[in-house]
Amino acid sequence: MLKVWKKVLATGNVTEPWEKSVPPERSRGEVVVEQHAACKGCKLCVDVCPTKAIKLYEGSPVINQKACVFCGLCVESCQDGCLKQTSNYKLATLGGSLADNTGSELKNKIRRVLGRSLHIRHLDIGSCNGCDFEMNHLCNPVYDIQQYGIDFVASPRHADLLMVTGPVTRNSTQALMMTYEATPTPKLVMALGACACSGDQIFGESYAIRGAVDAFVPVDIYVPGCPPRPQAIIHGLMLALDRM
Amino acid sequence: MKDYKTIPAAELRETAYQLYADGQNGLMSMFANDERQLNGNYAIYCLFSVGKSMQVIKAVLKDKGKLEFPSITPKISGAAWYEREIYDMFGLKPVGHPDLRPLALHENWPQGIFPLRKDFNSQTPVPTAKKEFPMAGVEGEGVFTVPVGPIHAGIIEPGHFRFSQAGEDIIRLDAKLFFLHRGIEKAIEGVPIERAFYQVERISGICTIAHSLSYCQAIENIAGVTIPLRAQYLRALVGEMERLYNHVGDIGNLCAGMGFAVGIMAGARLKEDIMRVNEALTGHRFLRGMVVPGGVRLDINEQLSSEIRSMLDKLMPDFDEMIELFRGNDAFLNRVETTGIVPRQAALDLGVVGIGARASGVDVDIRRDFPYGCYSALQFDVPVYTEGDVAARLWVRVDEVAQTVKLIRQILEKMPQGSLKAAIPAIKPYSSGFGWCESPQGNNLHWLMVGENNTVYRLYARSAAYPNWPALTVAAPGNIIPDFPLINKSYELSYACVDR
Repeated sequence: MLKVWKKVLATGNVTEPWEKSVPPERSRGEVVVEQHAACKGCKLCVDVCPTKAIKLYEGSPVINQKACVFCGLCVESCQDGCLKQTSNYKLATLGGSLADNTGSELKNKIRRVLGRSLHIRHLDIGSCNGCDFEMNHLCNPVYDIQQYGIDFVASPRHADLLMVTGPVTRNSTQALMMTYEATPTPKLVMALGACACSGDQIFGESYAIRGAVDAFVPVDIYVPGCPPRPQAIIHGLMLALDRM
Repeated sequence: MKDYKTIPAAELRETAYQLYADGQNGLMSMFANDERQLNGNYAIYCLFSVGKSMQVIKAVLKDKGKLEFPSITPKISGAAWYEREIYDMFGLKPVGHPDLRPLALHENWPQGIFPLRKDFNSQTPVPTAKKEFPMAGVEGEGVFTVPVGPIHAGIIEPGHFRFSQAGEDIIRLDAKLFFLHRGIEKAIEGVPIERAFYQVERISGICTIAHSLSYCQAIENIAGVTIPLRAQYLRALVGEMERLYNHVGDIGNLCAGMGFAVGIMAGARLKEDIMRVNEALTGHRFLRGMVVPGGVRLDINEQLSSEIRSMLDKLMPDFDEMIELFRGNDAFLNRVETTGIVPRQAALDLGVVGIGARASGVDVDIRRDFPYGCYSALQFDVPVYTEGDVAARLWVRVDEVAQTVKLIRQILEKMPQGSLKAAIPAIKPYSSGFGWCESPQGNNLHWLMVGENNTVYRLYARSAAYPNWPALTVAAPGNIIPDFPLINKSYELSYACVDR
């Protein structure tokens, strides 16, 4: 017992404000189109993308962030310096009941009820477990998600938000629907990671994958990334709760 | 290794039993391939480790004949899941299999459609069936069933468990997995091998490097490419970093099975430190983006090497102190010792690999037994414990952390100069071969057949968790149900790896 106390005291407080840690130099985040005009339309970036996340539109590349896995192959392949990989991870967007065009009364009500005390149920319906481990890391003492009044709960019946990872697989569809039904309203759904956001784009067309999460239940928060780092998940939560 | 002993399927049992030699040699993997377009046959491959070599039986079934083969499960228990999967995916029936329930395809999958046959087109809509999925149980007075999952209470992957209980005691456990089945093996058929790599890398988050290495080494073995020495060392570096963050995290997480918060948080904190170095090194917290077919994509410089070294310098005393909290702690030891025992013979029969094997007295490690990359030039010991309980699996992990740290230091010290990547040439269509590595959970095996123009014709990915899952059904009975999370976490098997 003494050893335990000694260890606890010697370790001290390691918790960081969530924006404090700066991604290292090599970190691969958002790919941006730096020079639209430089694009010669060679389509090398389109062809090299393993998840078909790039399309050419009006003569320059457009990146679907929801399907991007940040591998950086497009940046490497571009001969004309149009594309640049940044370390930006703040890519969450809002949809469903939190979207821009939703009535502000509803949005305010959701934020009033859930804003300072949000309970989350994790729901893995096809992920590679990368997203799920990053979700786990939210609970480590460095990110300490509980400090924001946010916590994970054991049952969907206790939850305000479903954090869904993976494309919807054939074998998990029933679990997704039943868990959604079991969650009391008002409820929010977060599609966490490239698979949940984009469906079959990551692994390609398959008999075992049915699509993205929003093809089955309404999604309020999209957090892209493969997987999104813990800070990106917190960013998504703060954005949704209007606590930025 | 590229030589297969080809036999008619009817002789499979006899030949496999002979090679198995009553358990002297182990079945490492078993899978099927639809080769009707090539030679009119289906083929079933069985990979055995025979002493210091690997031997492969290739049993062929004529398309026009009866699509069945004699099951080898009656004597080789480890074949049970492999044969069930072959029946699910190809409709080739293992005659005499004692438990031929579906494995990967659930009650929603219609009878008579076999997704890994070449004439099954991924674009064909498959109707949703409403069959029954039979679960094994126990019947009798006072015996009841506890169903758990697929959605669990913690942040873990989905699986459905049925416990047959007599009071607190587990009599039998049956598991229904494959909720995460994404059909990756089918989805990448016809995709160029160097591009399909990005899907293979994503089979499992925590085994990113393991799957990357097995896949790339399979390609390189088939193509006869030797990658530059520096790339071999860099691959070993990320492989050991993957083992390190997994082991440290898993040791901490074991404490979650008994509510020991200080242990959980210490493990999680140390793991975060390692993951941050992972990202500094590869640009990715799970090490994605380093390994590519033919070598590696990123180099290391003096600054990164010293960042890794100073992380290790800081990690080890902290880690040792965390382990000291366990060693002399009776409340802790009481929970882990004699809990979830898998006897050595059961581990051998099931072909258990990795930590599960080494904690049950089976001395295997594919880095030492069948060295790949630069491992034959590196010094390390393989810890083996004989108790087969949760504690033994914990101590194997603890000892392996020390070995892995030793390996990382050696790799950094010996890092040779040179280029990073060799080109993958045009591969002769329909050549095939294996690639393997020791993942944090045990050996990971891929078998690849390359099609026309360097595309994937068939990939079979057998992760370490696959042969280890059935060991849980041996470990659990005889324990009380609150000990199951502890037993489960002592294996820490990836579901995504198994389900693919």
